[in-house]
Amino acid sequence: MDLSLSDEQKQLQDAAERFVRDKYAFENRRKIAATDKGFLPENWAQMAELGWLGMSFREEDGGYGGGPIETMIVMEQFGKGLVLEPFLPTVVLGGGMIAAAGSAAQKEALLAPMIEGKKQFAFAWLERQSRYNLADVSLKAEKSGAGYTLSGHKGVVYNAASADDIIVLARTAGGAREEKGLTLFVVDGKAKGLTRRDYPTQDALRASELTFDKVSVGADAVLGKVDGAFPVVEDAVDRAIVALCAEATGCMDAINAATLEYIKTRKQFGVPIGKFQVLQHRMVDCFTNAQEARSMTLMATLKIDDKDPVVRRKAASGAKVQIGKSGKFCGQSAVQMHGGMGVTDELSVSHYFKRLTMIDLMFGNQQHHLTRYSNLAMAA
Amino acid sequence: MDLAFTPEEQKFAGQVRAFVKANLPADVRDKVKNGKHLIRDDYMRWQQALGKKGWLVYTWPKKYGGPGFTPAERYIFENICAEEYAPGIIPFGTKMVGPVIYTFGSEEQKAKYLPPIRESTVWWCQGYSEPGSGSDLASLRTRAEKQGDHYIVNGSKTWNTMGHWADWIFCLVRTDPRAKPQEGISFLLIDMKTPGITVKPIIMMDGGHEVNEVFFDNVEVPVANLVGRENEGWTCAKFLLANERLGIAAVPQSKRGVEALKEIARAEQDNGKPLIENRSFAEKIADLEIQVTALEFTELRVLSQMAQGGQPGPEVSGLKIRGSEIQQRITELTMEAVGEYSAPYLPGLLWQGSNEEPVGPEYAHLAAPRYFNTRKTTIYGGSNEIQKGIISKMVLGL
Repeated sequence: MDLSLSDEQKQLQDAAERFVRDKYAFENRRKIAATDKGFLPENWAQMAELGWLGMSFREEDGGYGGGPIETMIVMEQFGKGLVLEPFLPTVVLGGGMIAAAGSAAQKEALLAPMIEGKKQFAFAWLERQSRYNLADVSLKAEKSGAGYTLSGHKGVVYNAASADDIIVLARTAGGAREEKGLTLFVVDGKAKGLTRRDYPTQDALRASELTFDKVSVGADAVLGKVDGAFPVVEDAVDRAIVALCAEATGCMDAINAATLEYIKTRKQFGVPIGKFQVLQHRMVDCFTNAQEARSMTLMATLKIDDKDPVVRRKAASGAKVQIGKSGKFCGQSAVQMHGGMGVTDELSVSHYFKRLTMIDLMFGNQQHHLTRYSNLAMAA
Repeated sequence: MDLAFTPEEQKFAGQVRAFVKANLPADVRDKVKNGKHLIRDDYMRWQQALGKKGWLVYTWPKKYGGPGFTPAERYIFENICAEEYAPGIIPFGTKMVGPVIYTFGSEEQKAKYLPPIRESTVWWCQGYSEPGSGSDLASLRTRAEKQGDHYIVNGSKTWNTMGHWADWIFCLVRTDPRAKPQEGISFLLIDMKTPGITVKPIIMMDGGHEVNEVFFDNVEVPVANLVGRENEGWTCAKFLLANERLGIAAVPQSKRGVEALKEIARAEQDNGKPLIENRSFAEKIADLEIQVTALEFTELRVLSQMAQGGQPGPEVSGLKIRGSEIQQRITELTMEAVGEYSAPYLPGLLWQGSNEEPVGPEYAHLAAPRYFNTRKTTIYGGSNEIQKGIISKMVLGL
């Protein structure tokens, strides 16, 4: 057993650290968030140039042969800088599903340009009633001629406004919440009948509500098997969860470092407030929480390629529970220990806190994954 | 001991409800019900209606124009106002500076300042915290130097709530820099229109503007505006903080918050069923409701002690600690109930009262900003760490 990074992986970590240091000073991030797209195309081009968009894909798919560890390394640094470029929806989710289920033609048409930085994706699965059930999908795709017609609604679709293609989870058969009967479609972001309502999110990302009004797609828009998308989606979402966990560990390290610095320098009653035992103990708990989060993220990263799907799912859910718990503890504690300054927009602390809060809500919160984990563990 | 309300108390409850229904402006009620942000005029219209009835300063003794409510009547009044979606009464005049003035002020001061507070024609704000003096309030440095019949005030105050709407500010200022920290402080009333005062907004993490920094640059304040004796302002400050900590428990608001949470949990779907039928979530709500009940009965016990003639003592610090934690828990569970639809950030709808369509359900866009904003409750009014310090020292003798 060896849990240390290889030389190549260390170089990747250094490069990602450098990228965040150069591009994501806090005031810079504020400017990036305020641009039209909410991220910088030049940063995206640089990520492509550095090979980050292709590093986790197999060589036969046009990638550079890395895997979840490489994703973890960059996501952690992205968390430290609260990076806004759409790596998760485009590379981890979109690219991941195309690599897992796409035909040779789809990989050629979609994955190759994505790796070059020329195509971005969004993943539309959530609906108003779905909560965290990936199979609670009612957007309908009906056969029409050689292709399909999509009608319905999708919500909180990250990066939809900038995505060239939107990967849509639709119901082709079966009743409400049935896992069978779901199909993935690759839909042009500018397709006729597709309307968007764009908005920023609490954590300065961009998302959209999508309405599909008889959107026509060809048979070649189907990604993977008709009626058989669920296992692909579940697996891709578990991978996205593990990537999010890595991002969250980066956020926690950054917010803990900022808090530690603050309590060492902020003086009240004639001493730095870090001299008070009540704050010392809370700070220690923050560090312990961040350590546990890091450990669970590493565990899940190493198990997410396991052959046994139960092992993979337990790993993702276990890590997400830990991230939810630790993220909340570190975030809330950081704000509290910063006092009034912690609740202002001015300091970075509140921005890390908001991102950690939103990460808990994405793809199932702590409670959801605790239930999923316990169901998996008891069944085993 | 009897928990049931007497026939007189029941009659009083009926009167309060009828009054609120008849006098709370419908648009203000709707704003409160739907979690919209209120403007100064919204508060003023409601408070002036209460003022006319003589109920705005419902905690004041009769001698100073209060209605002389018994503790039970106070409890009834606060709860019915919250149930009917009345806005919270702004405490700066009614619960903070008003009681300081009738306790420590001169007859002239009482005559000048108390009627406009009772009638809500003047908006007060608070000048306590400073950038370098938060938890350690007594280290404050805003200086007031006496020159003839004026003080010249220089310095800055922060976390000044709603000061951009205020007519007057009450301030703790340092009048003797050589004395021990608590002994050189005075309590001054300052007209916000005085030259040399600048109000600068602080934007909170939910994107809203409710607090400010206030700068004083050679501001001339008549010596007549000093409340109590020079260098004895700390006595007023402590008295005021004890009062502040009583109202801060926000029990009626939390009861309303739990009900609103249940409504959301009934509306939200979870695997095809209402979320409230999810066992784990239902138990979280139950746990919260039990916490609120414990807080409510603790507050009733304090009110009952006060009915016997006592002033709130250090034990009310406990109310602030639990009350603030409960307020946070309500927003946390509400956001959990709303789930991923908490993510859309709609500042127009949130702050400017725009007519833009909400994303998802009407209540969704409020969930995360409220959770973020409510982080302040364990920080303001003396952080919970400070409150625990007070209890361990003053109550437990540690």
